[in-house]
Amino acid sequence: MASDTIPISISIRLPQETRSTWLETLHEWVITVDHKRLGLMYIGYALLFLVIGGIEATVIRIQLAVPHAHFVSPQVFNRMFTMHGTTMIFFVAMPILFGFANYLVPLMIGARDMAFPRLNAWSFWMTAMGGVLLYYSFIGGDGLYGAGSAPDTGWWAYAPLTSTAFSKGHSTDYWTIAILVSGFGSIGTAINILATIICMRCRGMTLGKMPLLAWLNLVMSGMVLFAVSPLTAAQIMLMVDRYLGGHFFDTQAGGSATIWMHFFWIFGHPEVYILIIPAFAFVSEIVPVFSRKAIFGYPVMVAATVGIGFVSMSVWAHHMFTIGMPSYSNAFFVLTTMAVGVPTGIKIFNWLGTMWGGKIRYATPMMFCLGFLFQFLLAGLTGIMLGVAPFDWQLGNSYFVVAHFHYVIVGGILFALFAAFYYWYPKMTGRMLDETLGKWHFWLFLIGFHLTFDFMHIPGILGMPRRIYTYEPGRGWGIWNLIVSIGVLFQIAGVLFFVFNMIRSYFKGKVAGNDPWDAWTLEWATSSPPPAYNFLVAPEVRSRRPLWDLKHPEDPDWKYE
Amino acid sequence: MRFLAFNNSNLRRAAQVFIAGLTPLIDAFAQSAGPFSRSTSIFSPVSTPADSIFGLSLFVLAVTAVIFVVVASLLLYSSVKFRKKADDDGREPPQIYGSNQLELAWTVIPVLIVVVLFLSAARIIHGVQDAAQPPDAIRVTVVGHQFWWEYRYPQYGFVTANELHVPVSDPKYPTPTFLTLLSADTDHSFWVPRLAGKTDLIPNHSNSMWIDPHEAGVYLGQCAQYCGTQHAKMLLRVYVEPRVDFDRWVQAQQKQVSANDSLDAEAAEGLRVFESTACMNCHAVAGTGAKGRFGPDLTHLMSRDTIASGAVPNTPANLRLWVENPDAFKPGSLMPAMNLTKQQFDELTAYLLTLH
Amino acid sequence: MSTQPLAISTIETPWTLPSKGRVGMFSLIVAELAIFTIFVVAYIFYLGKSISGPTPRQVLHLPLFNTICLLSSSLTIHLAVGALRGGKNAAFRFFWFLTFALGVVFLVGTGREWYHLIYEDGLTISTNLFGTTYYSLVGLHAFHVIVGLVGLGVVMAFALAGKVKQEHIYRVDVLSLYWHFVDVVWVVVFTVVYIIGR
Repeated sequence: MASDTIPISISIRLPQETRSTWLETLHEWVITVDHKRLGLMYIGYALLFLVIGGIEATVIRIQLAVPHAHFVSPQVFNRMFTMHGTTMIFFVAMPILFGFANYLVPLMIGARDMAFPRLNAWSFWMTAMGGVLLYYSFIGGDGLYGAGSAPDTGWWAYAPLTSTAFSKGHSTDYWTIAILVSGFGSIGTAINILATIICMRCRGMTLGKMPLLAWLNLVMSGMVLFAVSPLTAAQIMLMVDRYLGGHFFDTQAGGSATIWMHFFWIFGHPEVYILIIPAFAFVSEIVPVFSRKAIFGYPVMVAATVGIGFVSMSVWAHHMFTIGMPSYSNAFFVLTTMAVGVPTGIKIFNWLGTMWGGKIRYATPMMFCLGFLFQFLLAGLTGIMLGVAPFDWQLGNSYFVVAHFHYVIVGGILFALFAAFYYWYPKMTGRMLDETLGKWHFWLFLIGFHLTFDFMHIPGILGMPRRIYTYEPGRGWGIWNLIVSIGVLFQIAGVLFFVFNMIRSYFKGKVAGNDPWDAWTLEWATSSPPPAYNFLVAPEVRSRRPLWDLKHPEDPDWKYE
Repeated sequence: MRFLAFNNSNLRRAAQVFIAGLTPLIDAFAQSAGPFSRSTSIFSPVSTPADSIFGLSLFVLAVTAVIFVVVASLLLYSSVKFRKKADDDGREPPQIYGSNQLELAWTVIPVLIVVVLFLSAARIIHGVQDAAQPPDAIRVTVVGHQFWWEYRYPQYGFVTANELHVPVSDPKYPTPTFLTLLSADTDHSFWVPRLAGKTDLIPNHSNSMWIDPHEAGVYLGQCAQYCGTQHAKMLLRVYVEPRVDFDRWVQAQQKQVSANDSLDAEAAEGLRVFESTACMNCHAVAGTGAKGRFGPDLTHLMSRDTIASGAVPNTPANLRLWVENPDAFKPGSLMPAMNLTKQQFDELTAYLLTLH
Repeated sequence: MSTQPLAISTIETPWTLPSKGRVGMFSLIVAELAIFTIFVVAYIFYLGKSISGPTPRQVLHLPLFNTICLLSSSLTIHLAVGALRGGKNAAFRFFWFLTFALGVVFLVGTGREWYHLIYEDGLTISTNLFGTTYYSLVGLHAFHVIVGLVGLGVVMAFALAGKVKQEHIYRVDVLSLYWHFVDVVWVVVFTVVYIIGR
């Protein structure tokens, strides 16, 4: 292949005098500032918490499979859904996406590492500490009416439920401080990604020539700076209330419960775009390679993403349509919520345009991307429904909303993440994941996903609110809840195949080589896995697809861009 | 309130047929609920706010269904048509980098859809939220508590709990009920899907909603904003009755307990238990010295079908068990187990059973 | 052709990108500004909503001297950085020390103001909404001043040991950005709390 002859990097295995002991290896990893190792640690950490969060979800679904079940007490159930949400957002989704960004961004822009390697390490360990602190609450804390340990106020921790009056003991404090600490880690990583992309691109790579993954992570990082800080501020205020006798959210002293909602959702809504935009990035890299065509409408994709970044900061109160804001406020947020759907839709059309006229190869990464496209389309449409405020007055805070956001996060983000795993695992480990196991993973998980989350919309329509530990028989909710719970089994099976695939392929997988997918961005120009220094010689590029130019010298991209 | 009805009935009917044809489920939901069914489907409205939301939702569903069909078909088509063929020559396909006309088209069309959806939504928002309160409306103040509902009827001068009674409203001469929503502790939400969308009860923040059910019956719902351990059993029951029956109920609720009412020996002992153990600190019985407001008003306890905010039917056995061990029905509710003797429980229950 | 290296150096056009220290510091400043914005919003939202206790008008007095000190320190740090850039180490040390001193004076002044408010006016963080929002906002700013002084202090220690030279201008400049940010925030806090809020 053409890439074999590029002297970008040479994998030299230097003979070693003695093998490292496991302690030495552990030490190396703990003190590392290498973006690739930190990226892998983020990913590994997130996968561990994915399993834990999944167990929490399974407990929830067992309890809700039939009405008036007694699998767990209400106190335990309330801790389960609080921890499930908090874990999945802050200790699975954020770290895993930061992990991929950490690994890929410097490679894709031809840099040697991130802008601030030590800040990178510090950010990872802050995030890691946050997760450990949160889970320590199971043994260390005390919850509502002293009846529990882990946080149980829901992952939004609405005031005044979180005040010392209603949340005695320390469970809320664990929630607050764990997220505060990991929030500092998130801000640190965002600063790092921003500075890396702006200041460390290789020669020739103008902003208009960098891969979409870099652009989308740039937008995501900017959003983190604007969005995580309001949560940090609100949590500081909550601590002032709980420990210094403050009254920020103390309704008895004239304080406002709704102001917590505003601050939280000013964080909360951009947060979900922060999660989905890196998923878009994966799809934007993988679909072109497996369709054998350049991404359709690169400038529009960039503009749409930037547009989403800005508009998404103005939609937050669509999570608050039922709190009694005046009609014109509600109408304003309907408008902005609808507006943010436009650039999002444009992206779907552009991916479609990329596939159109291509020669699509259905390896596992592409299958997960196809799943993403269908499911994200549906999720977006249920989002539009919810954005129509009167519809939300019925469906808000019901299982319809739960179904909608799981459709986005599992059907969208997790599917895109699975695609990213199958696509970049060869680069990270030097081995291909097994395609047969991959297809088992895909089909089992797809069936489970749809069993659970398609049918979950129905109880919402039938009036079932969320966050209830049990429900009345005779309302017609039982059969749908049972189907939803059964779907979990298939998802677990799919994930087991995935984990087995990753472990087995590490030792027995086909050797990948530099560029197993015949792709076009810079990470495929170096060895798999890359050496610590990434590139022997700093690359220079002339177009968005430097490897395409090399492989097709008669028809390079830079003639058309 | 007529301006609220989703006017374009032809469009509505077309949308209904379309949706009904596409998704039999919605049709099934809409027809499965009669006045005494336990359905809480949002697609079986009996009151104007729920009706107008239903109409709007059909329109929105129709629009999104069309979008889905178009885009999903294109996706399906391209994923099949442009597969790499077995006899592929190994050359890369033509590299198309974009198309300005296409980008313009698929920007403009969504923007138009957005404008239409926004305008439809704005109309219903305004109609429901800004509806004027007619002078003869029934007014109820709803106070949310952890984990029960307090209902105050200022026009009639009484307080009750957990079961809301309102008169049927004739669409030609509407008699709506306007609810003022307050909270005594944390956030709650009033959601009876067949009557209206949900509105939250937030401390230090008064909200307002209205209903005008045009079919008598009992309508179910429950609290829809997580409020603590027993959020799940903060159930709602709304009794919609013909005006005559409603007035009769009001009169009965207005009656206070009189010192002259004769109680049998056991109930008289029960009254002593009620007054001397901590019951009156939390509960009120109008006409006696019990004026506690932390727990539900018990003056007409036996006029209700359920206790513990809909958690269990109001039977003597359940009542006794509730007082003795609330955790049996509702673990984590704020009613304490009273730790009385067996005889005291029997007497107390006998007294409570006299509170009609 | 197949052995053509990826690094095609055609014409040696300069390839300059912004400096990562400045971009990193600007990003940090953006995040911090977002935190301060939320505290300012809370402050403004709660103006006039306290149900008891001293009001801003009753107990707040314009901290003019403090403000002048802090704002002047922006000028002195600017002069310090300029001096170092020109290699004038003695001037740099002088102006840097002055900046540090002015920052300390500001903090002492804030401390005295708070002493007066707590012990003589009876306003604490738990007194009422005004107390909560005031101490939180001004306290958050003061915390950032302290952090800035720690940074300034470290540089000052190195400077006194004669170790800060012209080649360190880049890092000193980045630190001075942070100090300017602290000043800008004070301008906003001062305006919101002592002018609009009274």
